[in-house]
Amino acid sequence: MPVEFDTDPKIQSYAHPERLVTTQWLEDHLGTPGLVVAESDEDVLLYDTGHIPGAVKIDWHTDLNDPLTRDYVDAEAFAALMSAKGITPDTTIVFYGDQNNWWAAYALWVTSLFGHADVRLLDGGRKKWIDEGRATTTDVPAPANADYPVTARDDSVIRAYREQVLAHIGNGPLVDVRSPGEFSGELLHMADYPQEGALRGGHIPTAKNVPWRRAANENDGTFLPVDQLTAIYQDEIGLTPQDDVVAYCRIGERSSHTWFVLTHLLGFDNVRNYDGSWVEWGNAVRVPIEKP
Amino acid sequence: MRDALHEIVEEFAETPKDLRLPLLLEFANGLPPLPERLIDDRDAMEPVEECTAPLFLAVDVTPGEPVRLYFDAPQEAPTSRGFAAVLHAGLDGGTPEEILATPNDFYLSMGLDDLVTPLRMRGMSGMLARVKRRVAEGITAG
Repeated sequence: MPVEFDTDPKIQSYAHPERLVTTQWLEDHLGTPGLVVAESDEDVLLYDTGHIPGAVKIDWHTDLNDPLTRDYVDAEAFAALMSAKGITPDTTIVFYGDQNNWWAAYALWVTSLFGHADVRLLDGGRKKWIDEGRATTTDVPAPANADYPVTARDDSVIRAYREQVLAHIGNGPLVDVRSPGEFSGELLHMADYPQEGALRGGHIPTAKNVPWRRAANENDGTFLPVDQLTAIYQDEIGLTPQDDVVAYCRIGERSSHTWFVLTHLLGFDNVRNYDGSWVEWGNAVRVPIEKP
Repeated sequence: MRDALHEIVEEFAETPKDLRLPLLLEFANGLPPLPERLIDDRDAMEPVEECTAPLFLAVDVTPGEPVRLYFDAPQEAPTSRGFAAVLHAGLDGGTPEEILATPNDFYLSMGLDDLVTPLRMRGMSGMLARVKRRVAEGITAG
């Protein structure tokens, strides 16, 4: 049985209000049976400096990615991870993290590949919680091992592969959520980050550029109100909720954030994340590239 | 490799894998604060673009004196602080020759590569490369 949803008016204005909670809701519900709070950060040490009381850490790199193949963990490893964090298929998981929930959205998307039913994001993430002076602790919880069944990963609904993206060009909208400099091919990585990872710069032909961060308020990292999101994704680049949309970035993390916005906040039915993204496309032989 | 840095590398390598990140956090917490003259003169510091979080460094090279290193990174970037603290503890007070002789890939033996992404590890080599360049320039200028 899921933990009750957040009835905050802003949360209720989104297409799927059951996917988002406010910091106040989370503070009020900490310790509720059936709720697990999970922190996923860009900085691997940040959780250890202090986190929301009772929150477990899920690391995108060491927990969710296969150590050998460039892929997500398999069903057995995912079940073991969930069990170790005290999560069962009935658990309500609230993800939060640094950098506007960048990696938290990624963890939520990967968890969704395994069909976990009740996953939510904390609006505003780690920064908002801390800025509001809410409690943190360095105590690491030791949840009793749960029994999470081995559930097959379904890559067919919300994940896209290179061949599918190639066939998608000209047949459906592509959203490139990287920075304008990466989109134009001037940079091969985000500004101020090491320039590495791709041999070619530019973007996938026909892709429209909406940097992922635009979906969040600059001051507190919360998601923009629904009318402003609609203005960006529907009015500005012409998407409609019925479209078959593919989003991508560099390795699929920033586009998980946009996937969340389109799917859960705006209610698009058919959005896929191309996690191969520019690190695959910009290194692939003979795929088309557009550069202004 | 300078003894102080070598000891840190060994300390990490000998620490069980699940305790290596807590050890890096201890280093991060121990990064010395900037001297006041640098707090007041941020332009005197060099940004390290290879780091995934804002990090600044400064190097003092005076002929005949030990080399002094200064690093600054925000509390919200503990991994970058940890890397900076390792370099500080291992190289601050060394001779220019000792610092220039540091292998560029010294950190590969610390056993952090399973825990920290390659992109982040590159921040460490970026910091070291910049420290070395400043030391080399300092010798020439002196």
